[in-house]
Amino acid sequence: MYRYDEFDARFVKERVAQFRYQVERRLSGELTEDEFKPLRLMNGLYLQLHAYMLRIAVPYGTLSARQLRMLAHIARKYDKGYGHFTTRQNIQFNWPKLVDVPDILDDLATVEMHALQTSGNCIRNVTADHFAGAAADEIEDPRPIAEIIRQWSSLHPEFSYLPRKFKIAVGGAAHDRAALKFHDVAVEIVKNDAGETGYRVYAGGGMGRTPYVGHVVGDFVAKTDILAFLEAVMRVYNQSGRRDNIYKARIKILVNALGPEEMRRQVEREFAEIKTGGTLEVPAEEIARITDYFAPPKFEPLSDASPEFEAARNADANFRAWSDINLSTHRAPGYSIVTISLKPIGGVPGDASHEQLDALADLMDQFGIAEIRVSHEQNLVLPHVRKKDLPAIHTRLAELGLATANAGLVTDIIACPGLDYCDLANARSIPIAQRLSERFADLKRQRDIGELKIKISGCINACGHHHAGHIGILGVDKKGVEFYQLQLGGSGAEDASIGEILGPGFGEHEIVDAVERVVDTYLEKREGSERFLDTVRRLGLEPFKERAYAGWAFHI
Amino acid sequence: MASLPQILTANRLRDGDVVYWRGGSWVTSLADAEVFPDDPSAEAVLKAADAFVKGREVVNPYLFDVRIAAGEIKPVKEREIIRAAGPTVRPDLGKQSLGKWAYDV
Repeated sequence: MYRYDEFDARFVKERVAQFRYQVERRLSGELTEDEFKPLRLMNGLYLQLHAYMLRIAVPYGTLSARQLRMLAHIARKYDKGYGHFTTRQNIQFNWPKLVDVPDILDDLATVEMHALQTSGNCIRNVTADHFAGAAADEIEDPRPIAEIIRQWSSLHPEFSYLPRKFKIAVGGAAHDRAALKFHDVAVEIVKNDAGETGYRVYAGGGMGRTPYVGHVVGDFVAKTDILAFLEAVMRVYNQSGRRDNIYKARIKILVNALGPEEMRRQVEREFAEIKTGGTLEVPAEEIARITDYFAPPKFEPLSDASPEFEAARNADANFRAWSDINLSTHRAPGYSIVTISLKPIGGVPGDASHEQLDALADLMDQFGIAEIRVSHEQNLVLPHVRKKDLPAIHTRLAELGLATANAGLVTDIIACPGLDYCDLANARSIPIAQRLSERFADLKRQRDIGELKIKISGCINACGHHHAGHIGILGVDKKGVEFYQLQLGGSGAEDASIGEILGPGFGEHEIVDAVERVVDTYLEKREGSERFLDTVRRLGLEPFKERAYAGWAFHI
Repeated sequence: MASLPQILTANRLRDGDVVYWRGGSWVTSLADAEVFPDDPSAEAVLKAADAFVKGREVVNPYLFDVRIAAGEIKPVKEREIIRAAGPTVRPDLGKQSLGKWAYDV
């Protein structure tokens, strides 16, 4: 794992001291709320419906057991005993007191964590494929470059006051697990014909009220040039991005207003200019130094067949189902990647209690697992697990309520906090996720349905990624009543697409039935092993629309 | 059209808790909040809240509409119902957990 050097440690410590002083000045009246608000946002502190909310960065989604224990401690000591993992690999606490936040940040700094740049019009926490360093299909671990980008973008003077927030994701495999094409900028590790590794750079993707799939602005950027190239993208955006209208201020609007070709031309011009100066070349030895931090653990020379694993599969149907669904192929023989679902049937997607966080840290120590990952799908991942340890790990996870077998299935639902917590929301998201999860609880049925990603947002800002859901649900407020719009055919993977709205919204008590009718339509009409998404793409919306609105009085 | 009765709310600066105006100070339960029957009285108290903002007691004061039925205050907007009670998905949290306040949304 990356460890802070003396500069990182001093920088974070100074920022906590600064914020402590800012809070004191706010409480003494030296600062007004208008003056204080941007300062608290720069430190990840929002004021939500019920209380303040602190968003803590989990860079590229990687946590150690020690950090997990600290999050448990914060949940227990300063909050209400739980945390909420977000769609950007962060964790949020929903009830901190302003007066406690400097102490929380001090505690976080002791485990090399912070809440910087988790809000505001800056480059936010850099996210990455949650299977980084473990996936069998990976070209290269995306986290070293994510860390390099994090260092470059932290307090970058030129990019601290961008037209709007800016989100960067990095992926290292052809299978996109990081929703790359829905980011302001994404970096995909690729190989060229000569077998060299470099970066494909996308810009202008995003969700929100105007969703776009990102465009390639750099086909193959050399490793040492990546910061110069990203700086070129940022300069074009910083100079030409709109500041007059908050709804048109993201880079996606600029890229699509200019057109991808013109955007490329302007980026290339800036890039050439920066390259002439030569100041932003990343030294190869620095890349190597940072890459060393992310070196995989020393894998034991194991056979891929594990008798302990097979015996448990034969003896225990629950284990068999869980291992079928929640395990992914690891690059090393005899190892597996474990998805720990934070979507228990009827539960709140992404929530974890302090007891669970502590117990997971103990489990990591017990089985020599150095890292745990937060996924943008609001689950946790143990990236490097010996197959022979899986039965014991499963038993422990089951005791903790963390062994739900549903990764990638219809009950593995992404949902934003919605109107239950969020100041911006128009409708609740979590209860819809809960009711859907209960409706589709039967595992046999879930497995029959297969891969199906439902994503729910409580407002147009789309934190619940509804545009990228195979089934997307958007909560809206119609004269004080919650309604839910259904979208079909979105994807956040390498085959990225934006879902299409099916028709008028459904009431709170209608939406679950409507989703079930859509799923039933798929089951009737699918061909062979076709996924839900593929059936929607093949048939279009019409058959789904017909069934979803069956019995409605209006003409569709 | 006559305006609906209104209530003045804010968040407490130190801890962010939701508070309501009652007779020149702030209470934590919607059931205890003062109801203003018309715009002039509501606007006057919103202005009076400025002193509490300057005094660092509360932030972001604003008015919202309510209906009174059988002596019970019910906010018009769901947002205010949830703010008054707590997350609908966690009845053990927020003001509802104190047994003072619970609404069916």
